Amino acid sequence: MIPVTTSGPFTHKANSVQNVMATVLLALLPATALNMYLFGWPAIFLFAVTIGSCVAVEAGCLMLYGRPVKETLSDNTAVLTGWLMAASLPPWAPWWLGLLGAVFAIAMAKHAFGGVGQNVFNPAMVGRTVLLVSFPVVMTAWVAPHPLFSANAPGFADAIAITFGGHLPDTMSAASALGYVKTELSRGIPVTQSMTQVPDLMDMALGYRAGSLGETSALLILAGGLFLMYKRIISWHIPVSVIGSLFLMGTIFHAADPARYTSGMFHVMSGATFLGAFFIATDYVTSPVSKMGQLVFGAGVGLLAWTIRTYAGYPEGMAFAVLLMNSLTPIIDQYTRPRIFGRSRKGEPLPLAKEKA
Amino acid sequence: MKLFPVRGGIHPDYRKEQTSEKAIVAMPLPAALYIPLQQHIGAPAEALVQAGDVVKKGQKIGRNQGAVSATQHAPTSGRIASVTEVPAPHPSGLPTLTIVIEPDGKDEWAELPAPIADPFAADMQTINARVAESGIVGMGGAAFPSAIKLNLGTQKKLHTLLLNGAECEPFLTCDDRVMREHADEVIDGARIMAHALGVPNIVIGIEDNKPQAADIMRKAASAFANIQIAVVPVQYPMGSEKHLVQAITGKETPARMLTADLGIVVHNVATARAVHHAVRFGRPLIARVVTVSGGALREPRNVEVAIGTKISDLVEFCGGFAQRPERVVNGGPMMGQPLPSLDAPVVKGTSGILALTAEEISDRPTSACIRCGTCVTICPCGLSPVEMSSFIRKDNLEVAAKLGVMDCISCGSCSWVCPSHIPLVHYFNYAKGMLNAQTRDQRKNERIKTLVEARTIRIEKAAEAKKAALAAKKPAAAAAPAAPATTTEEKANA
Repeated sequence: MIPVTTSGPFTHKANSVQNVMATVLLALLPATALNMYLFGWPAIFLFAVTIGSCVAVEAGCLMLYGRPVKETLSDNTAVLTGWLMAASLPPWAPWWLGLLGAVFAIAMAKHAFGGVGQNVFNPAMVGRTVLLVSFPVVMTAWVAPHPLFSANAPGFADAIAITFGGHLPDTMSAASALGYVKTELSRGIPVTQSMTQVPDLMDMALGYRAGSLGETSALLILAGGLFLMYKRIISWHIPVSVIGSLFLMGTIFHAADPARYTSGMFHVMSGATFLGAFFIATDYVTSPVSKMGQLVFGAGVGLLAWTIRTYAGYPEGMAFAVLLMNSLTPIIDQYTRPRIFGRSRKGEPLPLAKEKA
Repeated sequence: MKLFPVRGGIHPDYRKEQTSEKAIVAMPLPAALYIPLQQHIGAPAEALVQAGDVVKKGQKIGRNQGAVSATQHAPTSGRIASVTEVPAPHPSGLPTLTIVIEPDGKDEWAELPAPIADPFAADMQTINARVAESGIVGMGGAAFPSAIKLNLGTQKKLHTLLLNGAECEPFLTCDDRVMREHADEVIDGARIMAHALGVPNIVIGIEDNKPQAADIMRKAASAFANIQIAVVPVQYPMGSEKHLVQAITGKETPARMLTADLGIVVHNVATARAVHHAVRFGRPLIARVVTVSGGALREPRNVEVAIGTKISDLVEFCGGFAQRPERVVNGGPMMGQPLPSLDAPVVKGTSGILALTAEEISDRPTSACIRCGTCVTICPCGLSPVEMSSFIRKDNLEVAAKLGVMDCISCGSCSWVCPSHIPLVHYFNYAKGMLNAQTRDQRKNERIKTLVEARTIRIEKAAEAKKAALAAKKPAAAAAPAAPATTTEEKANA
C-alpha cells in the first residue's frame, strides 16, 4: 500500500522561494558591487551590518513565534530585505541606522503582520522610510564617489571610524542630484540653471554620482532587472508602468514649464527610479497578482513618485510612492481579476454567438 | 490551419521520450481478469453472469443500466470465477463489484454482432446503438459513455467533430502510438462518428511534439477533403476540450455549457479507433493501449492490454520496478489519480500507469505563499488560485465559489508552477466536493420543502373541503330539522 494523501499533480516545476530570492540577489549583485567600489569600505561595512541585522532580527522573531528558524531563514527573504534597505541608505551612514532599520523592516513591517507573505507594506521601504522621517539629516548625508584604493578614499581604519564612530568628514558631503535641484528651486533658482550643476545623464546612468548605497548605477540596475525578466522572476508590467508614468509626467510638465519642472529623462535616471521600478515595486508580496493590477499599481507608483519629488518636502519619493500603492494592493487585486474562461467580466456566462446563416 | 491563442498554460517536463518510440506491444493474457461493473461516468452496469458461467470473448457480461451507463464484455473466453468486490482503480482503493474471469487460454470469440457493411449508408440510430452495445466510453480518461455524446446531433446544431489527439499530459504516448500505428482505423472511426453526428467537418488536433503522428495522420486523411489536421502548440492543458476548441476555432465555450453548444463535439482518437472496431467488425471495447512509464519502471512501454488486467500484472510485464516508486499514478502526472495499490485493474479509461520517482515528482514541503501571482498568470481558466485557496483554507467556500472555483478544470497548472509548493488543486478539489455536496443537500432540502408545502396545502385543502362539505351539510342539516318543524307548524297551522 502506498498512502494517498494529496491529489495531483505528480510533477512539479523545479522551483522554490529560496531559488527565486537567490536569483533576485544575483541580479542585484553587479550594481551593488559597483557601489561598494565607488563608496569604499564604509559602504561595505554598512551593507554587512544591515543584512546581518535583518537576518538576526528575523531569527529572533521566528524564535519568538516558535517557527522553524533554519528552514525559514534559508528562504533568503530576510537577506533580500536587508540588501534592498541597505541599497537605499546613504553609503557612509552609521551602523546603528542599519540595525534600527532592520528592526522596523523585519520585526514591525514583516513579522508583526504574520511573517513572509503576510506583510502589507514592503519591509525594506518601511525601514527606509522610518529612518528617513526620524533621522532626516543622517539619511540625506550623501557623499561623492570615493572609489576604493583611490587617493582620497577612506582607508580601513578611517572607514571603521565613519561607520562605527559616526565621524562623517564634512568636506566629503555632497548632494544628490534630486536634492540639489530641489534646494536650488526653493532658493528661487530655476531648474534650467541648477541642472547645469548636476552630473550629466551619462554619469548618472553609469552610477558615478552621489546617491544611496546600491542604486546609483541605473544601467547596472537595469541589467539586473532585465536578467530577472529573462529568468521570468518578474514581468515587464510593473517596471514599464512605473518608469513610463514617471517619464510621461516629467516630460509633459517639463515641456509646459522647463524652469519649474525637471525633464522626464532626469526623473528616470535619478534617485531610486530603476531600483524602485525593477526591484522594490515588483516585490511579490506587496504588489498585485494579476498583470492588469500590476500595470495599475506601477502607474500609481510612478505618478506618486513624480508628485512627491515635485511638490512634497522630500526630494526623493520612490519609497513613499511604493508604500502608498502597497496599501492599495488588496483593492487593486479585487478589481483587476482576470476574466474567467467562458464568462464575461461581470462573471456571467458568455452569450452564445448567433450563428450566421 | 489558422490557430487561435489560448490563455495561460505551462510547459512541464514532458518525458515522453521514455515510451514515444516504443511500438505498441500486446500483453499476453494474465491468469485472471477483473472487470469492474463501474468503469465509466454514470450508473454501474448490471452483471449478466454469475460464478461458474462459461463466457466467450466479446460476450456481454454486464448490461447498461439507466440513461448514462455502459455495457461490459468479456475480454477473452473463460470461466467466471466470481462476481465480487475488488479494489477499484481509484485513490480511495474502495472495493467495487467486479466480475472475475479465469481465461481458458483459447481466446475464442463469441458470436459478434454483424459488421455494418456500409456505415455511411446506415442511419444515425444504427451506429449509435452499435457504439452503445459495444460498451465504448471516452478513452482519454473521463470515460463518459460515447454513444450519448454521439447522440448530441439530435439535440444540437453541430458542424464539426474535433478529434482530440493533443495528448498534453507528460509521459503519455498511447494516443501518439495509436495515431502512428493505426492511423487508418482512427480516420475511419472518425468518419463514422462524423456521419453518426451528422457533421460535415472533421478536425484532428495534435500537439506539435508529435510531428510523426501528425504526418502519418495527414497522409491517412489525405483522401478525405473534409478532414483537417491541426497541429496545435505544445501548451498544457491543450487537451482540455474547451481549450482545444478555442485553439482551433477561436470560440470560447460559455460557462456551464458544452462545446456542442458551439456546434463542436470532441472525441478522443482512441475512442474513434474503438468505434471503427465496433462498426466494421462488431468487436466490443475489450482492450486498450496503455502507456506504462516512469523512472521507477524497468521497461517503460506502450502496451495493448485486455481490460481487467491487474495493474500488478501489467507492471510485471514491463519488467517490474527498478526502484521503489514514490507514487503510482493512474493516468498522466498532471491530472491522473494516485493509486493506493497495484491490485486494481486496468479499465477503459486508463490511459497510463506511471511509476514515478521522487525526482520526477519533484515535490517539496509547502511553504508560505509569497503572492508571486504566477498561478494567476498561467491559469488557463482565468481564475485567481492564490485568492481562492486562501478563502478555502479559511473554509469560506461561498467566496471561493464567487471567485469561480467551480469553473476550475483541475488541470493542476497552478500546483505545478507554485514556488511555495502549495497543493492548490487539492484545495479546489476539496471545495468543489464540498460545494457539490452543499448543492445536493440544498436540492434535497428544497425537494423536502416543496413536498412539505404540497402536503400542507393538501391537508389544508382537505380540511377546507371537509369544512365546505360540513358547511354544505349544515344548512341542509339546519334545513332538515327545520323542515319537520315547518311541517309540524304547517301541521299546526293546518
